[in-house]
Amino acid sequence: MKSPARILVLLACAFLLFSAGDDPSHYVVGDRAEDFSLRNVDGSMVSFSDYTSAKGFILVFTCNHCPYAQLYERRIIELHNKYSSKGYPVIAINPNDPKIVPEDSFDEMVKRAKSKRYPFAYLFDSTQTVYPLFGANRTPHAFVLDKNLVIRYIGAIDDNPETPAAVKRRYVENAVESLLRDERPDPDFTRAIGCTIKRKRK
Amino acid sequence: MRNIYLISLFSLLIPCLLPGQPFKVFDNFSELEERIQQTKNTTTLVVNFWATWCSPCIKELPHFSTLHDKYTNSDIEVLLVSLDMKSRMDEAFIPFLKKHKIKPEIILLSDQDADNWIPRVHEDWGGAIPVTVLVRGDQRDIFQGEFEDFSDLENFVANFLKKMGKPMPPIKGS
Repeated sequence: MKSPARILVLLACAFLLFSAGDDPSHYVVGDRAEDFSLRNVDGSMVSFSDYTSAKGFILVFTCNHCPYAQLYERRIIELHNKYSSKGYPVIAINPNDPKIVPEDSFDEMVKRAKSKRYPFAYLFDSTQTVYPLFGANRTPHAFVLDKNLVIRYIGAIDDNPETPAAVKRRYVENAVESLLRDERPDPDFTRAIGCTIKRKRK
Repeated sequence: MRNIYLISLFSLLIPCLLPGQPFKVFDNFSELEERIQQTKNTTTLVVNFWATWCSPCIKELPHFSTLHDKYTNSDIEVLLVSLDMKSRMDEAFIPFLKKHKIKPEIILLSDQDADNWIPRVHEDWGGAIPVTVLVRGDQRDIFQGEFEDFSDLENFVANFLKKMGKPMPPIKGS
């Protein structure tokens, strides 16, 4: 009984070494995300685990002030309206330090969510500890997760920020549709222009 | 007497009528790629991606004008690539150029398919602006974020050249 245990330990070590070499600083597609607990604009604390009937999530790092986030605001609302009933609700997270951009303060988030009637949770990463785990580096930056919180898509919402009518590829929609069919999203990673995330000055 | 009024009225209008810095609009990234490839192998091209709506970009913009003033005609060229919305060119972009005296070359890039062209600018670029890419021959380097001071930008260029064993070119006019 001793050697199988030893082999297991060795395997575990090998696995740790292998995965450590694979950019350990933030999640990549295929990684399982840890749950978080962040304050929503309605005052409650929200975690993935609160969504007991969800099949997955459309997680979007976004904010009030960024013109690119504003260009996508309507489309993020539409994503939630289309997919929350199919088990993929939108969770939006504002990662910005309001000392740098006052427009992204919690109070301003509450106002914006109200005036634009956000149908989804709009959370504040006030300690700026969640967005680095995901490797979010701009707003908006989208992540599609499956039921097990495994990240299945990272990137842009679609391929035309300025003109919604001219969109050819709806990356997030395609990813969710693939997961609904039990298929692997393709592409599972795209890039997009956005605003930098405003990190607290030390 | 009437003429004096007319002349003074006209002179007040002149600043509004003067065009801002001229610029080209590229709808396709390949046009920008061509522009970059036209640069001499011995010239360091400093390409900054910015937009009038991006406040950290606007803050660092004067550093690029300073670099242009200090080193142009001296193997350093500055290229400012705006990602402003083409649909808001008349309301936002052109008035901004009229108001600010920006001397380096300006291009408005309206290619929306960013997933296609971001990696062609630099493999490491996540897509957030501002970003600055240095190009010299087949060498490239990237700085993601805002240059706080002019010296940070100048050092970034100097280090890039140093890695190739090249000194910083002489200052313009010296």
